[in-house]
Amino acid sequence: MAEPETKNMTMIEAIRDAMDVTMSQNSDVLVFGEDVGYFGGVFRCTAGLQEKHGLHRCFDTPISEGGIVGIAIGMAANGLRPVAEIQFADYIYPAYDQIASEAARLRYRSNGDFTCPLTIRTPVGGGIYGGTTHSQSPEALFTHIAGLKTVIPSNPYDAKGMLIEAIEDNDPVLFLEPKRLYNGPFNGDPHAPAKSWKGHPLGEVPTGHYGIELGKARKITEGDDVTILTYGTMVWVAEATAAKVGISADILDLRSLLPLDLDAIVESVKKTGRCLIMHEATRTSGFGAELSALVTEHCFYHLEAPIERVTGWDTPYPHAQEWAYFPGQKRVANALKRIMKDV
Amino acid sequence: MAKAPHSTDTPKRGQSGSNRSRLHVPEPPFRPGDTPDYSHVSVPVKHTPVRPDPLCEPHETADHALKLIRVLRFNGEAVGDWNPNLSNDMLMKALTDMMMTRAMDERMFNMQRQGKMSFYMKSTGEEAVSVGHAMALKNTDMTFPTYRQQGILISRGASIKEMMCQCLSNSGDPLDGKSIPVLYSFKKHGFFSISGNLGTQLIQGVGWAMACAYKNEDGIASVFTGEGATAEGDFHYALNFASTYRAPCIINVVNNQWAISSYQGIAMGEGESFAARGTGYGLATLRVDGNDILAVYAATKWAAERARKGGGATLIEHFTYRQEGHSTSDDPSKYRPKDDSEAWPFGDPIARLKKHLISLGVWDDDKHDALAKSCKEEIRDIYKSAEAMGNLSGATHVNDYTMFEQVYEHPPEHLERQRRMFSEELD
Repeated sequence: MAEPETKNMTMIEAIRDAMDVTMSQNSDVLVFGEDVGYFGGVFRCTAGLQEKHGLHRCFDTPISEGGIVGIAIGMAANGLRPVAEIQFADYIYPAYDQIASEAARLRYRSNGDFTCPLTIRTPVGGGIYGGTTHSQSPEALFTHIAGLKTVIPSNPYDAKGMLIEAIEDNDPVLFLEPKRLYNGPFNGDPHAPAKSWKGHPLGEVPTGHYGIELGKARKITEGDDVTILTYGTMVWVAEATAAKVGISADILDLRSLLPLDLDAIVESVKKTGRCLIMHEATRTSGFGAELSALVTEHCFYHLEAPIERVTGWDTPYPHAQEWAYFPGQKRVANALKRIMKDV
Repeated sequence: MAKAPHSTDTPKRGQSGSNRSRLHVPEPPFRPGDTPDYSHVSVPVKHTPVRPDPLCEPHETADHALKLIRVLRFNGEAVGDWNPNLSNDMLMKALTDMMMTRAMDERMFNMQRQGKMSFYMKSTGEEAVSVGHAMALKNTDMTFPTYRQQGILISRGASIKEMMCQCLSNSGDPLDGKSIPVLYSFKKHGFFSISGNLGTQLIQGVGWAMACAYKNEDGIASVFTGEGATAEGDFHYALNFASTYRAPCIINVVNNQWAISSYQGIAMGEGESFAARGTGYGLATLRVDGNDILAVYAATKWAAERARKGGGATLIEHFTYRQEGHSTSDDPSKYRPKDDSEAWPFGDPIARLKKHLISLGVWDDDKHDALAKSCKEEIRDIYKSAEAMGNLSGATHVNDYTMFEQVYEHPPEHLERQRRMFSEELD
């Protein structure tokens, strides 16, 4: 077989392409949300889709997150494959009842009589001076919900393949998009010149249809000293910091938080004996706590140092204190040094 | 009449005697120990509003939201241009389905009292709303019911035994014991999976209807809420989206005056009417005597035709009364007079249809008593066959391992691990 044709894409273009490809192949796929129609989305993720596929396939909704997810559940139960957008993850809470009580439980409580093949896309994360309501990372509020899948890509290649997979999945999937990565990777240094996805190997995206199985982690770098478990923007902070500190890190981009690639985690930690967990979200009861518990349960006798967590502080996301809050290279480097101090 | 009953000592606006606002907390007109007297609730005789063209502009129904569509008079006569002129066979089916619904409710309530199941909810007094509504729809139209529309399933010929097995959580339970009693799911009968979370199905039904329209299909959706849950945000979502996208659906508010212990004034029922809320959203609105099955049928037929022909959604308020407690866990004598339902001026839906059939000369007391007896016996026999498949506390329990199934289409690895853990703990 010939190599698939690829094109350099930003994460925005890759996400748009995933919707375009699935909409072209399956008329059951509908895209809607606030400002996603004619305007093409406040982040341009749906630009051109209405013009290409028609008003009925990609349309604007009232400003009503509970309503957006509510109609999506009804459509999904009726055989469509809705892709609903919540403009910012910070505004997903009005839809929490519909997601937690309804989308995630419809199959279970009806014993398979009704299903909910629904995808909810929403931009997450900080590092953009978004303040309290444009920076949140609420993934842990969703990984606690049985019946829901929660995934978060960190690059254009994964974003497209995972979104196609999410849309074609017969279960509800929450698809979190780190907006700091929309236009390029971000290594946690706010003073470095902005990078684009151009030239990055993961910015080379196949033009057609392909899927990436949900529930599988991606190995970013292979190393022997420490395992770094992370996802989203923090993947690139981890890579840059490990290189700078000169530590041989096994960096796992988890990509899918629920289901989780436990085998990849256990295999890596058993090899390195050390584990650093990184996420932007606040610390207490964050997803890092689940990761730490799993590593302890499954790798206890292989651990040579306490598991470290570098996370956002337990505060609302501040505006002026952005870089004191964001778990950047300095905090990651210090954690790596603590983990490695007895070597 | 239009207005719901008011307590006579409710202060009028501005009566607080000062220039300051006063917190107004609505109270029902009667509490335990009071003698209920609904003589202030006038029963409209002549002002049943005309039947407009189903494709009329929404504002042409503004008056319908404040009046009350009635067909059956208390003397048994069926009158007016809303009279659906049902055949005797249809009338008999309506009567039988309502009586079967009531007989099943009676039986299941008693069996709960005997400890055979954990919970039950009756729909006594509201049978006309569910049965009359279902009869006016196509069986393929999806209904999004609350927990008090069991008459839809009876009317559509669902297996009463399967319904009972669901309540008993036994080996015949189609839901494998996953849900509490009464939270049925019967896709094949156009009956959406019931959720315990109030109001949520309203907006989902609108989405279902939007999908019907998108696919250019003939189907419509019909969604239900009690008057209490109209206070949920989802009610607002449903009216807004249904109107915006002209979704082919019917939004039903069953105003039975009570949300557990809270009277309808606590859900803002002291306003014009629940139907009147539709007007503000640009929806067609109808308010109907919910104890008059011919009126319920006629209003539903009108709204279904409007939806199917592309006229958009209709809000229907079914004005009725919750004759019994909220559920088996509720004692209504703690918050309302014991004989409140008998004082309610709109009577009982079964008694009113019975009178109509008698006035047509096709029915009499003896036939009615015989039908009541046969419904009771049929329900008793079905119940026996259902209970033979076990009950919640009995030996033939559902298989515990089914609790791990249908969380996802394919069980992820962590669930498989937990299933193995469960198995090992049992050994």
